[in-house]
Amino acid sequence: MELSGAEILFKCLEAEEVEYVFGYPGGAVLHIYDALYKQDTVKHILVRHEQGATHAADGYSRATGRPGVCLVTSGPGATNAVTGLATAYTDSIPLVVITGQVAQPMIGTDAFQECDIIGISRPCVKHNFLVDSLENLAMTVKKAFHIATTGRPGPVVIDIPKNLTDPNITIPFDYPADIEMRSYKPAISGTQGDIQRAVDLLVSAKKPMIYAGGGVILGEASTQLTALGRELGYPVTNTLMGLGCYPASDPQFVGMLGMHGTYESNMAMHECDVLLAVGARFDDRVTGQIDTFCPHARVIHIDVDPANIAKNFPVEVPIVGDTKAVLEDMLALLSETNRRADPDAIAHWWDQIKSWQSINSYNYDRNSSLIKPQFVVEKYCELTEGQAFVTSDVGQHQMFAAQFYRFDHPRRWINSGGLGTMGFGLPAAMGVRFAHPDAEIGCVTGEGSIQMCLQELSTCKQYGVAFNILNLNNGYLGMVRQWQEFTYESRYSSSYVDALPDFVGLVEAYGHVGMVIDKPGDVEGALREAIAMKDRLCFLDFRIDTEENVYPMIEQGKGHHEMRLNPRRSEFA
Amino acid sequence: MRHIISLLIENESGALSRVAGLYSARGYNIESLTVAPTDDPSLSRMTIVTFGSDTVVEQIAKQTDKLIDVVRLVTYTETPHVERELMMVKLRAIGAQREEAMRLVSIFRAKIVDVTDSTYVVEVTGDSGKIDAFLGAVPSEQILEVVRSGVVGIARGESALKV
Repeated sequence: MELSGAEILFKCLEAEEVEYVFGYPGGAVLHIYDALYKQDTVKHILVRHEQGATHAADGYSRATGRPGVCLVTSGPGATNAVTGLATAYTDSIPLVVITGQVAQPMIGTDAFQECDIIGISRPCVKHNFLVDSLENLAMTVKKAFHIATTGRPGPVVIDIPKNLTDPNITIPFDYPADIEMRSYKPAISGTQGDIQRAVDLLVSAKKPMIYAGGGVILGEASTQLTALGRELGYPVTNTLMGLGCYPASDPQFVGMLGMHGTYESNMAMHECDVLLAVGARFDDRVTGQIDTFCPHARVIHIDVDPANIAKNFPVEVPIVGDTKAVLEDMLALLSETNRRADPDAIAHWWDQIKSWQSINSYNYDRNSSLIKPQFVVEKYCELTEGQAFVTSDVGQHQMFAAQFYRFDHPRRWINSGGLGTMGFGLPAAMGVRFAHPDAEIGCVTGEGSIQMCLQELSTCKQYGVAFNILNLNNGYLGMVRQWQEFTYESRYSSSYVDALPDFVGLVEAYGHVGMVIDKPGDVEGALREAIAMKDRLCFLDFRIDTEENVYPMIEQGKGHHEMRLNPRRSEFA
Repeated sequence: MRHIISLLIENESGALSRVAGLYSARGYNIESLTVAPTDDPSLSRMTIVTFGSDTVVEQIAKQTDKLIDVVRLVTYTETPHVERELMMVKLRAIGAQREEAMRLVSIFRAKIVDVTDSTYVVEVTGDSGKIDAFLGAVPSEQILEVVRSGVVGIARGESALKV
């Protein structure tokens, strides 16, 4: 069977079992869009901006574990996708982004809508390809999916010159069944010696701590991590990216750590003697001041990416491997040898942790006459029984969502952790909706963030995509205001968002439902109504306390034991 | 400390810019970088000279090795190895300068590869120290132009960087 390049592309996507492609047409990809029209296996979702396409594909991937796929045109189409590529790259999300390129004879001539997307995207993708011949197209797509989804996952760009998709040029199609790349062989399992050393060190602990990140979710290792945590009886903390990889309702879970983590998890990090880091990369938002990070700890670090080990922090037992395979090996070794830490020491350690917990560092004023953002998230969690997929944007609302929604399952917390991309939440929620048509989905956002990809409300209208948007509207770029308050003597330089739109009128113009909620007593009713509304997108504009801050906070340059706690926390019931 | 990183990389367009881009994006110091195809035309050999503490260089090597196109990578720090650099230097050579230049060329076992009435082009090979020494020995007003290849290095003995 002879096929054109455009037809080959869809055959490849079909072979990769791609369900949805999020995209936007343009000159360089018109042959591809024509081939799209003539097939019915791969479904195309027309977004309103290429950034929305990448975040939607990203949300789809985070919610399913499958690669997200985008199709965008050359030049501005491709450059608009860059923020989404960088977002996925920082959080190691597998994406395959197909960009059109001008025809090969035009490359380098400054042709209409030509740009060097290979050059532009290079620092923010795992890899990229400029397809050089029709014969190499299928193999390139195979390689792209292989690279995106194996090892430490990440986004891959395939740039396809327009002449290679010409319907008049056809070749026989053959999709390679397997792939062998001499230059790319990611490690799977850690070495037995290292695993033995890790177990020895773990059972020697008197004040152990397990610190698990997004790598546990990406590696589908939540079951193994949970089993290991419970087997050992050690306290477990999650990074922002790791939330849900260990059940938040489990008594051994001590909350998130880092800049806005709980007092108990950060104090435990500071005091621990053995630290097991799994699929976490010692990001500065976690470590704070690196000189004072875990000063007493001997560290075991499991990571699929060798370059992550000892990048920011020295490690005693490095284990390069897939988190699932390594944790399974550790569990097997523990059960064979039946070795455990000294139970008295561990009991003593838990007493210490419980005394830290008793200060209740997330406490807030529940009797306020103003709506507290924490209350909105807490209520939403309660009403959805912690089962919702929660996407977020970036800022105070993101931290409130991370602190107050209890994630008991992996892949429910969909947020731009590494890059901190405002505008992520709405398109990501669209992606989650396509992945899970019947799930409860809430996008927790702020009035600053939501305005960065607001045009996707139109996509939601076109496809009847329904979910709830919880806009924690304080009229400020809240996290910016908080930092300005703490470190710039409250000089609120450009953190005040003047001239906000009438959000209800706006979403209604797109055919959605809008509500304004300005009293704490109305929060629960509004949330119930929104949750019950399954077939309409509902935008809840919560007019929250404009001065509320995220506590606790580790300020820049401080250690984990130097958290700034809410100064008024003792006044709260 | 000075380190040499040698690697084999797929001989594909853009491979060099992936390496160079990594160095600039991560703020790594790069002293020299040389690249050319090997006996296997599908592979290029790259030699990178960099300065940094052992931990910094370990991270540089890991990040470089992580690039999808990099097939193999070694770091020559303690490993016994041979390294060479080539320099061509154009010297003003008029009157007494001609004799003096000839004498230096002979001492350094260099070669004069081009001659005009007023200039010599001298080819010097050796480790970078020898090349620096040659440049230091020539009066600076005599130096018209300098071109250096950057370092290439190879391990001594049986060990070989091969696929």
